[in-house]
Amino acid sequence: MRYLPLNEDDRVAMLARIGVSSIDDLFADIPARARLDGLIEGLPTHASEMAVERHFTDLSRQSLSAGDAPFFCGGGAYRHHVPASVDHLIQRSEFLTAYTPYQPEIAQGTLQTLFEFQTQVAQLTGMDVANASLYDGSTATAEAVHMAARITRRRKCVLAPGLHPHYAQTVQTAVQGETMDMHTMNAAMGADANVVDALDDQTACIVVQSPNIFGELVDLEPLAEAAHAVGALLIAVTTEVVALGLVKSPGEMGADIVAAEGQSIGNGLSFGGPYVGLLACRNDRKFIRQVPGRFAGETVDEEGQRGFVLTLSTREQHIRREKATSNICTNSGLCTLAFTIHLALLGEKGLRKLAALNHGRACVLADRLDALDGVEVLNQSFFNEFAVRVRGNAAQIVEDMAKVGVLGGIPAARLFGAGHFDDVLMVAVTETNTDDDFDALVAALREAI
Amino acid sequence: MAMNSTGRPTAPTGDGARAEDLKTFSGSRGLMQQEPLLHEVGAPEKCGVDLPCVPKHTSRLGGLEREEVIGLPGLSEPEALRHYVRLSQRNYAIDLGLYPLGSCTMKHNPRLNEKLARLPGFADVHPLQPQSTVQGALGLMAELSHWLMAITGMDAVALSPKAGAHGEWCGMMCVRAAIEERGELDTRRRVLVPQSAHGTNPATAAACGFEIDELPADATGRVDMDALRSKIGPDVAAIMLTNPNTCGLFERDIREISDLVHDAGGYFYCDGANLNAIMGKTRVRDLGVDAMHINLHKTFSTPHGGGGPGAGPVVLSDRLSTYAPVPYLVRDGEGWALVEEVAQAKAKPFGRMSAFHGQMGMFVRALAYMMSHGADGLRQVSEDAVLNANYLLARLSDEMSPAYDGLCMHEALFDDAFLKDTGVTTLDFAKAMIDEGYHPMTMYFPLVVHGAMLIEPTETESRESLNRFADSLISLAKLAKSGDTSRFTNAPTLAPLRRLDETRAARTPVLRWREG
Repeated sequence: MRYLPLNEDDRVAMLARIGVSSIDDLFADIPARARLDGLIEGLPTHASEMAVERHFTDLSRQSLSAGDAPFFCGGGAYRHHVPASVDHLIQRSEFLTAYTPYQPEIAQGTLQTLFEFQTQVAQLTGMDVANASLYDGSTATAEAVHMAARITRRRKCVLAPGLHPHYAQTVQTAVQGETMDMHTMNAAMGADANVVDALDDQTACIVVQSPNIFGELVDLEPLAEAAHAVGALLIAVTTEVVALGLVKSPGEMGADIVAAEGQSIGNGLSFGGPYVGLLACRNDRKFIRQVPGRFAGETVDEEGQRGFVLTLSTREQHIRREKATSNICTNSGLCTLAFTIHLALLGEKGLRKLAALNHGRACVLADRLDALDGVEVLNQSFFNEFAVRVRGNAAQIVEDMAKVGVLGGIPAARLFGAGHFDDVLMVAVTETNTDDDFDALVAALREAI
Repeated sequence: MAMNSTGRPTAPTGDGARAEDLKTFSGSRGLMQQEPLLHEVGAPEKCGVDLPCVPKHTSRLGGLEREEVIGLPGLSEPEALRHYVRLSQRNYAIDLGLYPLGSCTMKHNPRLNEKLARLPGFADVHPLQPQSTVQGALGLMAELSHWLMAITGMDAVALSPKAGAHGEWCGMMCVRAAIEERGELDTRRRVLVPQSAHGTNPATAAACGFEIDELPADATGRVDMDALRSKIGPDVAAIMLTNPNTCGLFERDIREISDLVHDAGGYFYCDGANLNAIMGKTRVRDLGVDAMHINLHKTFSTPHGGGGPGAGPVVLSDRLSTYAPVPYLVRDGEGWALVEEVAQAKAKPFGRMSAFHGQMGMFVRALAYMMSHGADGLRQVSEDAVLNANYLLARLSDEMSPAYDGLCMHEALFDDAFLKDTGVTTLDFAKAMIDEGYHPMTMYFPLVVHGAMLIEPTETESRESLNRFADSLISLAKLAKSGDTSRFTNAPTLAPLRRLDETRAARTPVLRWREG
């Protein structure tokens, strides 16, 4: 067995050194009636590298991958081009096979990249500080809501009508263990400003996504002002962080906490995970003490050399146990590394151009689709994703397009449930889409309608 | 002096000056290159990516164009490679050496699994593509589910939890949903958690709205059964127990524990962090477990990646399976379908844990690991893991102090009694291991043992590697007892940095770079 270095001679000698006669003597504490005598039932025995590779390659071929089709799906996960050097670097043994950096003297590689990541996220979101990441955008949003409730000592939370439905459900599930007063506004395209109607002096936070689930950009400034006027916080959510290269940052518009999905930078689609949740907030001790998850912080070693450590861990479960700010015990380590490397390769100049390219190409496609009979672009504004009304059932149209090898977007009903927005299709465009892809989508859509 | 034909010396001619006394001009030290922060080496106008031209278009940003400078530094590709390769060399890693972190299961990460996770049918599929176009990805999730259920004997598995703690929360939310359905949410308030438990256990129970009641350990390091009997009652929602426990010991009374909890109407949550010790030797179903998370990044070897991402699928008994969260897989003719909406579900899901279906990239790696080992290999993994730990326990027992008598499972726990009166603490001892070229063991955990040192070698260490490690620890223990403390209190001296000031980091937090 290629991953197990011990041979039979080793095992015999080691058992002798331990002073037992058989391996089963080491398992004697397992109650007799719960012991497994033979092999686990229903499983094959070990397989060669070749055999395993063959099996997985066959399985892989049973899906239509994004790279093999004109591809326009978004809805919280985006297909961007990731430079080859990113994947090479994150596979270096020293990054890939390291544990959480609890021994900072021999983990400065991880710690310094986390510190750099935190700085990039803070800059990108326009906030003061960011943590070392959470699981994904949806769980980051749920954590932000918990955080807001603790900071304000209030229990009411209002979810705006443009929040990703899966994010809303994640938040609603996450607060079940508490006595939160959740207000989820009915989904609607351009109605996020209505969130202020639900504000009162019991409100801990409003949660507003921009670009929202339909791709519409939301001016957060008046919402922040209204929230602050009653002592509530604005949680700004972003599921497509590339937009922040072109659009005003949530921090600039007055957000108190930002929860975002960072997958777009450095990380592939991977059927929904692993992704990287971003969480950033104002530089206020009251806020920072309530942040969930890890922080890397700067300090010095015994000789005065600059170095980094995990810090403020008195918030965390391994110290505070049931009084911790969250039960989270990991960050999205390697995904944060991919994020920070890709963003370092882009830099300000590259990110701005990437964002402009996404927006420009989305504008081109929106105009082409709008000109089709039976298709109407619904957005007033957008970044790289927009909603169209189609004549017919969008889910059926998407299935029909898939049959001719075009992954033409996401039917809104896939997220909101059948019977809601049945004629709405969400179309995302990135730098990876070619003019040929546009032609294929237009042709497939015309055919399907 | 030996010379070649042009007069170049071919043998050392120095006077033997000590390397540690040398201060270099560059700040680098030989292969260990000095490397500033990204924000100090990069610049906003630098870029390592070429992009095509932006097409002519009328902006549709609704007047929300970004005007302020972001300040993000960029690097060309060669500069980026240097920056990150240099930083990588400041990390310890499994591929460098033994990583004896108890409770963390730092085993070899097969590279085949990295290759397979990057196949386009897994890595380049969107979570919301039509399900007819992702049957391969769904099929992989179904196969993984089959393996996890076969290994544990359980009835169902929830795949979406994104890490161990997320899995704990999933399992305990299933418990909560079951209790709520029984109409007992107001009366079943208490969750029993041993003092030796991972911090995530009480944090999870609290997040589910339960009260935590601590269970003491007995003199053998296991659950104190008398204390358990006195605490059990109709207000107990669940017990959260790690087995083997965090002292590296199997809970011998586990059947009695599960019977007690079940008879009182409660549920048995098992923390599966230590599954690596018992795979193929017992099935958790036969231990009476109702829910258990499985850390794919521990037992099934998906890389820890410097702190994540993990994955924490939860296996469930038939008492809890109906409450598993959406999305979940169901048979659909010859293929598979996802149930994504609570409202559509035939079962009674407690909700949704995250936006999509779970950590697909980790699923691929874990399944490849399991198939490579097979039923015979997985049992061998547990046997070798336990053998290696007991071998270290046996070799180290003369010079170090085992916390409990007898054998251990996959990890060996020591206390700091062997350092008594030496002036050397567990922390000092751990830092001295760094100079010896080893990552320290888990220290000061579990909390029930003074100055705890928890050593988990895993099955992927050879006997030679274990012997070298044991020799180093024995020599260090002897040195500490000899009264030579400076080697310890100054340690590490050979790492990229000396001991860091964590107090300063926490008192005056600097959490990001700022200009100037």
